[in-house]
Amino acid sequence: MNTQVMEMDTAEKIASIPLDEIDVARPSLFQSDTVGLFFDRLRAEDPVHYCRESYVGPYWSITKFDDIMAVDTNHKVFSSEAKLGGIAIQDMHSVEGGLELEMFIAMDQPKHDQQRKAVTPSVAPSNLQLLEPVIRERAGEILDQLPIGEEIDWVDKVSVELTTMTLATLFDFPWEERRKLTRWSDITTAAPETGIVESYEARREELIECAMYFKGLWEQRINEEPKNDLISMMAHSPATRDMPFLEFLGNLLLLIVGGNDTTRNSISGGVLALNQNPDEYRKLNENPELIGSMVPEIIRWQTPLTHMRRTALEDYEIGGKQIKKGDKVVMWYLSGNRDGSVIDRADQFIIDRKNPRHHLSFGYGIHRCMGNRLAELQLRIIWEEIHKRFSKVEVTGEPERLFSNLVRGITKLPVRLHAR
Amino acid sequence: MVKVTFVASDGERRAVEVEEGETAREAALFNDVPGIDGDCGGVCACATCHVHVDPEWIDKVGRLMKDGMEADLLQFAEGTTEYSRLACQIPIKPMLDGLVLHVPEEQY
Ligand code: HEM
Ligand code: FES
Repeated sequence: MNTQVMEMDTAEKIASIPLDEIDVARPSLFQSDTVGLFFDRLRAEDPVHYCRESYVGPYWSITKFDDIMAVDTNHKVFSSEAKLGGIAIQDMHSVEGGLELEMFIAMDQPKHDQQRKAVTPSVAPSNLQLLEPVIRERAGEILDQLPIGEEIDWVDKVSVELTTMTLATLFDFPWEERRKLTRWSDITTAAPETGIVESYEARREELIECAMYFKGLWEQRINEEPKNDLISMMAHSPATRDMPFLEFLGNLLLLIVGGNDTTRNSISGGVLALNQNPDEYRKLNENPELIGSMVPEIIRWQTPLTHMRRTALEDYEIGGKQIKKGDKVVMWYLSGNRDGSVIDRADQFIIDRKNPRHHLSFGYGIHRCMGNRLAELQLRIIWEEIHKRFSKVEVTGEPERLFSNLVRGITKLPVRLHAR
Repeated sequence: MVKVTFVASDGERRAVEVEEGETAREAALFNDVPGIDGDCGGVCACATCHVHVDPEWIDKVGRLMKDGMEADLLQFAEGTTEYSRLACQIPIKPMLDGLVLHVPEEQY
């Protein structure tokens, strides 16, 4: 948390707000990156905190590592079901004509397990390794086109490009039209309030276009020899090939959405963290082998999804607090990832940690991120290629952050590249 | 305390002491035994805690049940045998003192 750049009075104010007035759901706190100061207080003073009033209604905040783990692995009591509100602090809303896509991230057992099982083999690392050379080559091409010594926006020119490229490669999506993938990912999760789509009607239209497009790809792949891309694998695998089309589409979009913002913001967040910690950047330049442990540390540090939400199916006591059936329970991964009682020097970015995968960014339990190995693989390749070309990606101005309490995003990051 | 020995794919042996009631997954993770990831937190959801129970121990540990989540998950693990189990589904009891578990080369 960068307290130096913050106005003193803000830090003081946060330190003196009465506990029962703390509301960490406000997206502005994430945009200004001050939410960490609130989480520090909650972990120390009221780790299981009830917020009575907020724009998303009343909710519980779980802020310590072990409590988060206990909720995340207790899927019998804490439900992800979309109809109960789903997996984010803001309830999923069913809307007229909204073309609801069902995704297993927002389902409970047993349906969750059936669907997850069907899709799992397509992202098995042994399969993904086959795609590594293509991802590497294409990452190299993108990086080679960047101007040296000029100020550019790293987010737009690099993070978005690289993420779109890896998605297109994973799905063997027609290369010239690859930005469609990013667009569809954005609208899948978008509500009109965000400005990404004009209305639910407009969103529906676009999603139908997306459905037709994937239907075409599916039909093409099913008539070809099996290949390594995810669509071909799903079209040929006994577990998925007879899936009803809308179910296939829901699962496919979940894979796209799951890997889009999260990967993009990890790429941006890594550059920012290295710049804020020059000693770590030096370590990396002296010993690029550290990329292996730096990647999970970046994912902890960035925490691309700040939280997941559950709904209590029965009364339950946690940390001495009585949670009632039907209550909204928010597991703040961003806070748990800074919990010094579990993670050594949790408030520092350290690229050679002994146990760097011990973090909450991928969640735990039956919903634990299915793309965790894939995400690490992509980021490792990308960082290896960045390292080969640039001795430094220098941040030259203030980053801008996303106005969202769910996606911890960086929307702008001015940088200058130094050739190796 | 109960003694459990993990044998790595290259033959290296690691003996650890485990508290009764912990699982074989925890025995590995809490003692930094390499090769067991246990990603999902031990709730039988990720199959990254796959082990081969030493044939001499399989009857005491119990064989994989044909129906159920554990068998479903192991379907997708690499290199499964009739001795395959998920370490998070093996609670450590005094009768397992001396247990030997083989760690596969890869968890995927
Ligand atoms: C750094 C990158 C990523 C982060 C931080 C991340 C984070 C998460 C989190 C927090 C969850 C929910 C865990 C829970 O509820 O306990 C999740 C689920 C999921 N993620 Fe990721 N993810 C990332 C990359 C990816 C990628 C690349 C894919 C694509 C394959 C992906 C696919 C999924 C899927 C399919 C689920 C649903 C799993 C289920 O409900 O069983 N994720 N991810
Ligand atoms: S730890 Fe995930 S299945 Fe055992």
